[in-house]
Amino acid sequence: LDNLTQPSEEQYLNCIRCGLCLAVCPTYREYLSETASPRGRVALARKGLEGELELTPNLFEQMYACFDCLACNDICPVGIRPADLALGMRVLQEERKPAHWKQNLFRDLIPKPGRMEAATWPLRLYERSGLRRLVYKLGLHHLHPAQLRDLEAMLPHLPERPLRQVLPEVTPANGEVKYRVGFFLGCAQSLMFADESAASVRVMARNGCMVITPKETVCCGMPARGYGREDLVREQARLNIDLFEKADVEVIVTDCATCGSTLKDYGAILADDPIWAARAAAFSARVRDVSEFLMSIPLEKPEGRLDARVTYHDPCHLRRGQGVWKQPRELLQLIDGLEFIELPEADWCCGSAGSQLITHYETSLKVLKRKTDNLESTRADYIATGCPGCQMQLNVGVWRSRSGVKVVHPVTLLDMAYNRKKEK
Amino acid sequence: MDKNLIDKLIKIVEREGVLSTPEDLAVYGYDGTFEDHRPDVVVLPRTTEQVSAVVSLAAAERIPLVTRGMGSGLAAASVPFQGGIVLAMTRINRILEIDTLNAIAHVEAGVVTADLQTEVEKLGLFYPPDPSSIRHSTIGGNIACNAGGPRCLKYGVTGDYVLGLTVVLADGRVLKTGGKLIKDVVGYDLNALFTGSEGTLGVITEALLRLTAKPKFARTALVEFPALEDASHTVNAILSAGIVPATLELMDETAIACIEEALQIGLPLDVEAILLIETDGADQANVEGEIQAAARICQEHGARQVKVAQSEAEREVLWQARRSVSPSLARKAPNKLGEDITVPRSAIPEMVRRLKAISAQYGLPIVIFGHAGDGNLHPNILFDKRDPEQWAKVEGMVKAEFNAALELGGTLSGEHGVGTLKRPYMAQALGPVSVDVQRKIKAALDPLNILNPGKVIPD
Repeated sequence: LDNLTQPSEEQYLNCIRCGLCLAVCPTYREYLSETASPRGRVALARKGLEGELELTPNLFEQMYACFDCLACNDICPVGIRPADLALGMRVLQEERKPAHWKQNLFRDLIPKPGRMEAATWPLRLYERSGLRRLVYKLGLHHLHPAQLRDLEAMLPHLPERPLRQVLPEVTPANGEVKYRVGFFLGCAQSLMFADESAASVRVMARNGCMVITPKETVCCGMPARGYGREDLVREQARLNIDLFEKADVEVIVTDCATCGSTLKDYGAILADDPIWAARAAAFSARVRDVSEFLMSIPLEKPEGRLDARVTYHDPCHLRRGQGVWKQPRELLQLIDGLEFIELPEADWCCGSAGSQLITHYETSLKVLKRKTDNLESTRADYIATGCPGCQMQLNVGVWRSRSGVKVVHPVTLLDMAYNRKKEK
Repeated sequence: MDKNLIDKLIKIVEREGVLSTPEDLAVYGYDGTFEDHRPDVVVLPRTTEQVSAVVSLAAAERIPLVTRGMGSGLAAASVPFQGGIVLAMTRINRILEIDTLNAIAHVEAGVVTADLQTEVEKLGLFYPPDPSSIRHSTIGGNIACNAGGPRCLKYGVTGDYVLGLTVVLADGRVLKTGGKLIKDVVGYDLNALFTGSEGTLGVITEALLRLTAKPKFARTALVEFPALEDASHTVNAILSAGIVPATLELMDETAIACIEEALQIGLPLDVEAILLIETDGADQANVEGEIQAAARICQEHGARQVKVAQSEAEREVLWQARRSVSPSLARKAPNKLGEDITVPRSAIPEMVRRLKAISAQYGLPIVIFGHAGDGNLHPNILFDKRDPEQWAKVEGMVKAEFNAALELGGTLSGEHGVGTLKRPYMAQALGPVSVDVQRKIKAALDPLNILNPGKVIPD
């Protein structure tokens, strides 16, 4: 193990096993077994690293069973970060036994926007039936029919063309240019939620932003990170940092919670890189979630109304990953007619965690059920959330419960309210 | 564990209820202490009948059986030092009934205490016991350890709320004790016998718990004392003045520093102690009057400042801080040993003095916090168990702490229980007659010594 990247002793040594993290862990609360708990994962990592346990596939599976919702990181009074430790163990596993499919997926496909667009074109062409081709292409043929149906329900109405191909590199501000904003267009937003990101750009432009969207950006790195390929994350980070330095912008805005939390982490990810550390830190310091940015500038109050009951789900990587939770709520409440209802357990993970609906189907559905039960108790017409992963998961939940609730990005609702004014 | 036995267990609780991979066994060997020992198999039952079948099997095969809830115990009571079966009760977790007419909750053992509190409070009722582990401990574990908490000062401990129990005995029979009755003197008080028995006499699977009306008003004050000595004297001054706060909590400077580092809530870092005082009740003027009276007494006894929480959110922050004390101490050292000695409340200032002296003598820090109002203190020794020299000191210090508590008319444990860690001191604390009586009770109820063997009662 000595030559491999592995978690350091201080990441687990002071865990006193008090058990506080069990209370907030979505997987523990579904299985009620210590093995599925953050404290259990810390103990397994420690015993594995110290040689008390063999580093078996089952031990690493417990690290992959973590949804990385960060709730344990947040609650631990000692400062242990069990979710980070689980990710660190995944890195170790990849160095010990690299999985070739990860190389193909996380190095050769996901960070290449052109290839991603090509791989997903059948989806746009045939909508749902195209999913079957994609599933085949990704080597996921072992999925059973029920799971495939859930994955189909996940997809929003897809854009004809990815936003990356449509959105101009420079979107001028309406009127005087008050801010020079860089927009980081995430992969999922471009490929699947194009309308939402188009709305985000419209809303920023309307409020005095010149929006510059570099088209050569690559994946933020989160998918590779989740699968233990920290090396690829660093590569992708360097590419993105370089692009935005050239764009010369005051802030870098993204409307994807996952991208945002990763971009804000580039400083930490490259902290040991003598050439990149300072540049990465400067980059991360400029990153803002779209709701965080909009609520920090004088925002035009929409004159259009939206008469609907709206609730809000906190994406883990926005609330805990970035500490942003007030702003999206405040943003929604700017809209006249909108009745805001707080979702019970709004910051409890929805069960998406990127790909858990594929890799940990049963657990993902259990965690989702808790979310949809809470959602139904609000009797909301819309549930707003600023994360494509959460949105897709909530689409599945809404489909399974037949509740008809519409899943949207909060900024999309603001855009609707602005446009309604125009209609009048 | 042999395959045959695992198959028998699977027949009882189905496959999902039996855990036996090396990884599963590795995480069911610890509780909230530094102790650790692998069990041979973990069983997660869902019904009393399944528990009964598992215990019968253990009895027939003479296998040790250790019952546990969420594993937050602080006395190594649920560490399976002799291997065998760990019976994890977390999945027997239904709230069977909340009887609002009689104000009684009927629950299964694996219900998380905070979940029960939330449910009864929706109905205007109140389950007062509040161990700091309310969100990560179960009712069954609370009863088996007779858990306390800050509110015990006014409301009493877990045992004061137990009206009835369903217990699986060591031979697999199911015993029902008590009932939905406030008064009940028919026969020995078996509720009291099983409460605090730490899994050595039977397996608690259900409980009838007394509820009260939820206090409508509460006021919480944070009081800063430049001198720890003054804070400990103030406790008695408040109680002697006829005020009965719901809680009266003490934290020393190291405890304050650790919480502040963990939570950043603006606690003062230049005082030797804080008292956290809460009054509650049905009458707003009365609750307000009591907190003001307590504040006056604090000021007369050397308090620098009294801050009363102005909102529910502020109050919740203070309690979150209090509940975080114990774990946040681990920021200072890899290990901590938290005791929970209890002394008559008049002896608190002297006990605090002696703890300071023990710390100075051995040269390892002792952090002091706890439920000063009921004489229950949590001296926590901070150390690194990997250093044999430090570990030897810790053993000496624990002995010195217990000696001091006993000399002042106190006892070893107010709420954590005896488990493994305090067992060596049982005879000294109780004397030979009491130990003999307790041994005989154990032998009568568990003649094969399969239920949590080697715990509580000395050999």
